[in-house]
Amino acid sequence: MAGFISHRLMMLVLTLFVASLVVFWVLELLPGDAAQLLLGTEVQPDTLAAIRAQLGLDRPALLRYGDWIGGLLTGDLGDSLVYGIPIWDMVRDRLAVSLPLAVMAFTIATAIALPVGMVAAMQRGRLTDLILMGFAQIGLAVPNFWFGLLLILVFAVLNNWFNAGGFPGWQDDPVGSLKALFLPALALGVSEAAILSRMVRAAMLETLGEDYVRTARAKGLSISRVLFGHTLGNAMIPIATLMGLQFAFLVAGSVIVENVFYLPGIGQLLLKAIFERDLILVRDLVLMLSGFVIVLSFCVDIAYGFIDPRLRRTQ
Amino acid sequence: MRLLMSGSKSGGHLPQLWVGGALTAIVLITALVAGFWTPYPADQQSIIDRLQGPSMAHWLGTDLYGRDILSRIMGGAQTALWVGMAAIGVGLAGGLPLGLAAAMNRNGLIDTAIARGSDLIFAFPALLTAVLIAAIHGPGMINVIVAVGIFNIAVFARVVRGAALSIMARPFLQAAIAIGRPWPSIALVHLLPNIAGVVAVQATVQFAAAILAEAALSYLGLGIKPPDPSWGKMLADAQTLLYLSPMQAILPGLAIVWTVLGLNLLGDGLRDALDPKLRSLRAV
Repeated sequence: MAGFISHRLMMLVLTLFVASLVVFWVLELLPGDAAQLLLGTEVQPDTLAAIRAQLGLDRPALLRYGDWIGGLLTGDLGDSLVYGIPIWDMVRDRLAVSLPLAVMAFTIATAIALPVGMVAAMQRGRLTDLILMGFAQIGLAVPNFWFGLLLILVFAVLNNWFNAGGFPGWQDDPVGSLKALFLPALALGVSEAAILSRMVRAAMLETLGEDYVRTARAKGLSISRVLFGHTLGNAMIPIATLMGLQFAFLVAGSVIVENVFYLPGIGQLLLKAIFERDLILVRDLVLMLSGFVIVLSFCVDIAYGFIDPRLRRTQ
Repeated sequence: MRLLMSGSKSGGHLPQLWVGGALTAIVLITALVAGFWTPYPADQQSIIDRLQGPSMAHWLGTDLYGRDILSRIMGGAQTALWVGMAAIGVGLAGGLPLGLAAAMNRNGLIDTAIARGSDLIFAFPALLTAVLIAAIHGPGMINVIVAVGIFNIAVFARVVRGAALSIMARPFLQAAIAIGRPWPSIALVHLLPNIAGVVAVQATVQFAAAILAEAALSYLGLGIKPPDPSWGKMLADAQTLLYLSPMQAILPGLAIVWTVLGLNLLGDGLRDALDPKLRSLRAV
């Protein structure tokens, strides 16, 4: 097991390193540089030179990359080009919106997908299965941002039960904040549920086709007894893996939904940073989001290795 | 065709193929027609006609600038299909040779490098890649195609590798290797025709994903630039008019759902038709 973990850990560090290189060098390809983008093309050369020196852009790229990574490792994300304040302060406030949103969406997705997938698997080929998976198929085709717009239309415009967007802040109004996250979480969660429920169904069916299940059925056990007593635990292994990976993509997906509901989260910050050409902020946020996906995949791999010993042996 | 016939006798799952095919065909025809005819030019503004409801003159009404919504939806179909086809083209052009190379070099240096490269690309959801590209070049259709295309390269490389490996274990291919046929000939004559079905299925799924990505990026303002019609951009414009004209937020969304649903059903139907063993496991 130690060999498995150390191998995976090595791959994690390598992938994170290469990801950071990609993000840094892609943004280095910019015509002009961050200072030029910030000040525009009409700027005086001496002002440009002064800003470039202030931002350290006159130093070799390799040194700047080293500084950036060194800063990240010590928790210093640098300062925003546009606002001049530490990026970590901006990110911390935004995480207080984005993380609860992702957790709520994930909870909703799981709460829908698990029972739907299980019932569909148990009722395979029957009308219930057809209806449930028909809904899942439609759910796959519905873009989460459009579903968000429909939710706003129904619950905010036509019925006034929720605000159409915005976020009051956890300290000022905790209940209002929770309420403000509900519709966005629903928009994200239902779309994810469509994907997950199909996966849950497939995983359940695969397990239900195993020999030991046939034996249990042959002994006269009811399908629900077999399901809860024998198959659920085994089927949960691939399901848990998929859920872990889905959570990572949910965080990335929240970039769009946050913009639908005007939520001051990481996604909205990223979009603002692009339009304001705040490249240091873009660089940090993209690496942070992709790093999150990479680390979560690593955690899922490790958890999978613990649950399924066969996987450890293949490494 | 024989597969389709036998499937229809045994399963009743093939309606997916036909429904998906029909939905997709309608979008395809709409996009083709939009190439030479729309009721009005998709970007023609007429301020006095703004925000009109459905009428004989404008079947689906007009938007904030008096542009005909039907014409814009038709134009949006064209945009969506262009982006989808180009993103698949990029994905296949890169992923097919990489996947074949990885399969032929199983567990070798090339295979490992391609696998790690794919892992890295998967760590950047297409949306993040597009964000990075938009940060450099600004929004635009090419950026969407490149962002989704890069993601597709990784997807196709992985799918092609898996499919090619399963074919390579078959006796006829082992025989071809044993008699010393050169690798390019093995790849082109034996592998490609046998993995074409799997690749086609994946292509329909990625096509749908590309259309969703284009809509999302255009909604965020990182995709298609105005005044070119895009369903995502139409939804972004409609958001501020939810109180005044809610239909504008519904119609482009329905067009996206129609297209993506059609492609997904077509993909599932094709998969079932090509591999009847999977039918019982697949979701409908």
